[in-house]
Amino acid sequence: MVTRSPYSSSLMATSFPDEVLEHVFSFVDSDRDRNAISLVCKSWYRIERFCRRRIFVGNCYAVSPAIVFRRFPEVRSVALKGKPHFADFNLVPYNWGGNVCEWIKEMAAAYPWLEELRLKRMVVTDDSLELLSRAFKNFKVLVMVSCEGFSTNGLAAIASNCRNLRELDLQENDVEDRSGQWLNCFPESYTSLVSLNIACLSGEVSFSALERLIARCPNLKNLGLNHDIPLDKLANLIRRAPQLVDLGTGSFSAEPRPQLYAKLASAFEGCKELKSLSGFWSVTPTFLPALYPVCAGLTSLNMSYAAVQCPELTKLITKCHNLQRLLVLDYIEDTGLEAVAACCKNLQELRVFPSDPFGTEQRVSLTEQGLVAISEGCQKLNSVLYFCHQMSNAALLTVARNSPNLTRFRLCIIEPRTPDYLTQEPLDTGFGAIVKFCKDLQRLSLSGLLTDRVFEYIGTHARKLEMLSVAFAGDSDMALHHILSGCKSLRKLEIRDCPFGDKAILANAAKFETMRSLWMSSCSVSLRACKMLAEKMPRLNVEVIDERGQPESRPEDCHVEKLYVYRSIAGPRSDMPEFVRTM
Amino acid sequence: MGGSSNRDGSCKQFLDLVPNGREWMVRDRENFGVPEDRKLELRLAPPGDWAPSENAGSRDKDDSILSLGSFPNSSKNTAAAGAKRGFVDTEGGSSGGNQNQKLSSGVSFSSPWSSPSTPHSTLQKTHQHNPAFLPFQTGPKLPALGQESAKANGAKAELLNHEKKACPAASPANASNPSHARGTSGPVVGWPPIRSFRKNIASSSSKPASESQIGAGKSVEKLPEQPAKKGLFVKINMDGVPIGRKVDLKAYDSYEKLSCAVDELFRGLLAAQKDSSTARSQKDTEERVAISGLLDGTGEYTLVYEDNEGDRMLVGDVPWEMFVSTVKRLRVLKSSELSALSLGSNKQDKLQPVCGVR
Repeated sequence: MVTRSPYSSSLMATSFPDEVLEHVFSFVDSDRDRNAISLVCKSWYRIERFCRRRIFVGNCYAVSPAIVFRRFPEVRSVALKGKPHFADFNLVPYNWGGNVCEWIKEMAAAYPWLEELRLKRMVVTDDSLELLSRAFKNFKVLVMVSCEGFSTNGLAAIASNCRNLRELDLQENDVEDRSGQWLNCFPESYTSLVSLNIACLSGEVSFSALERLIARCPNLKNLGLNHDIPLDKLANLIRRAPQLVDLGTGSFSAEPRPQLYAKLASAFEGCKELKSLSGFWSVTPTFLPALYPVCAGLTSLNMSYAAVQCPELTKLITKCHNLQRLLVLDYIEDTGLEAVAACCKNLQELRVFPSDPFGTEQRVSLTEQGLVAISEGCQKLNSVLYFCHQMSNAALLTVARNSPNLTRFRLCIIEPRTPDYLTQEPLDTGFGAIVKFCKDLQRLSLSGLLTDRVFEYIGTHARKLEMLSVAFAGDSDMALHHILSGCKSLRKLEIRDCPFGDKAILANAAKFETMRSLWMSSCSVSLRACKMLAEKMPRLNVEVIDERGQPESRPEDCHVEKLYVYRSIAGPRSDMPEFVRTM
Repeated sequence: MGGSSNRDGSCKQFLDLVPNGREWMVRDRENFGVPEDRKLELRLAPPGDWAPSENAGSRDKDDSILSLGSFPNSSKNTAAAGAKRGFVDTEGGSSGGNQNQKLSSGVSFSSPWSSPSTPHSTLQKTHQHNPAFLPFQTGPKLPALGQESAKANGAKAELLNHEKKACPAASPANASNPSHARGTSGPVVGWPPIRSFRKNIASSSSKPASESQIGAGKSVEKLPEQPAKKGLFVKINMDGVPIGRKVDLKAYDSYEKLSCAVDELFRGLLAAQKDSSTARSQKDTEERVAISGLLDGTGEYTLVYEDNEGDRMLVGDVPWEMFVSTVKRLRVLKSSELSALSLGSNKQDKLQPVCGVR
């Protein structure tokens, strides 16, 4: 490469016609790169903003719809996120906010050609869905993850009106299930469906409507059924759609009948393209061998809803030697994970969930050994979510050494503040090893007994860390100070039940403008510090959530219940419920 | 923000924030302004593997970071704050400082590297293992404490008393901390971090089915699951009562006991419901009426359930164990409306079409 002087490069940039630059920009997909392009010069900024087709808004309150539309007038695809991540665990009060209504109303006017909408942790009403279904003439993709507030009536509106819909993906939403008949609302002429995921629906589904829909959509690749679809009907469905790539089964239980087994096995045998399997509610293990013919082709397997014990589970998974992604319950046990480590050499992502998160006694033998085995056997491992009851520094050190490519490491030792079970020491050195060896770590969740020391390690080594979750850890403000002053790439920080407070927050006030958000609940932050932070940093929204009532009566040095801080160019939000106050 | 300059920078910002810099803030500056060269090297080795000399060396360094800065006051304060949650001597004068000094010399926050055989090991070790536990010692313990031996608890309680005496100033801070109240009352909201839909799965799926179990039980289509030690909670709704309940089927071993439980669960709610719709004078008599005859069809209400195939069935037809293994949810129906419904019928019959949504 010839090194160009700044002068010649800017000359080159301006000498191209806009159309050429626009074409070049169209090959740049990443949001970050597009943002960087727009910062080069005024003309690039102008060209880029007119050809930006896709936007991602990580916090719907960080910007107003009007500002977005003014800057990017030609957007086709919008992704929006609402509530803080801890909403997943019921830490954000019901009615907190995050309603997509305003966005959809304004997009209806600004982006009539919108094709895709992806929503996460937002409140979506049936009215919003109804409006959406009518406002965008060429609407194609609706993905909702962890959303709530709508019913099957809203889905009926989507089905009725979105004639070009390709994707309807409902992941883990809280949907009021009024009727399974909404599937009947897809017009008979409608054939464009590529992806349909209704796994989160709690109620009955009109099977005949579903079957007809599947039969007339030749491009259907992804299908996620809910637990209402029984096993024998699953066989019928997949026989009609042998082109499926990603399948979420319904209920996988039935009385063991050879006839049904044969029907199921032959149906699966026809699915040559299958890459991903999930579902398996109330599984009857007798039927699992029917999956064996497709196992070799699978890259993703989600058995995290399947209460099936180690022997059967292991037998199935070890047939899937091309797996890249595996989600299981802790029924897999250490022995199962050892078998996985020996067979699945391409494994990149492992998630192990607890079968009995609130149980007091341990019914399965899943320990740190399973994780160590996986790290030894699976060289490509880069993402881990692991729930277990015991851990040791030695094990974490081994994992860190074995898997330097980890980008996501989330460990939940179920009892808070559990020390290294071998030495009774804090797990500081173990997690310290993770951040030291895994240079590309982007996401980290801590658990177990931890002192301020681990946060010093994190602040020193976790240069690429973007999201950090902390619970029941640390001793003092120093811990938080280490994180805020050290982690250069930090964007999201969520903390609960830690003795961190005013000093660290105020000392690092400017850091929060570089981050998307900070969540602190049951910590030691005073109301006074919140006010000072808000005064000092006017572009931050400092929201105090207090459900105890009469917040005005509380003294300034009283610790706030929950604190949510985020940068915003839209100012304080207008839809706050009475228990939220912006400082 | 970068490197050591960042630390200084953040201190400046911090000071800017405070119109009239108070004493603790100055101390803070000392704390946070740790020179880079004094910072700890991360040491990685399996616990207990360190050579004694190295151990001692690292410990010295630990102390250096825990007692940051050169003001005696500041170092003791930091140590105390480290040991005692919520103990932030924000406005504290020197009187508090003295007490802190006493405390920190007695139970100084020892480093995780310190060898267990140090002089005041008993006190220190307890402290060292559970520094963050201390504030929680005032009530029923978190599950986290389950592994702790009773002896250790005793030691910690003693320690806590000691601390209380030593630093009365800490009490108000604790009292105002909401997490303390929370910590004393059973399980913590949102922990372990499992999404609610997973909780439902965990509670509705009882013991995992196993191939061998199925194979062994040829007489029954699906073997009754072994009685799991944990509960089997299913939803139960009653006609005329807008609020559902959950009932743990593992807590009962017969239909009769379940029937009694249903009565207990709903009698009050039903009475309250009727109270709101009918004259108040009737309330007293209504309230006393037990919900009976749930199983044989002789009462005002009948208990039905939805089985694992989605069919609605009368409760009481199959052996109890089989019922427990197939039931998905329960419903208390008005007997008068029972005849109108076809039990175990095609699901779609029960549904109202919604395609009218336009």
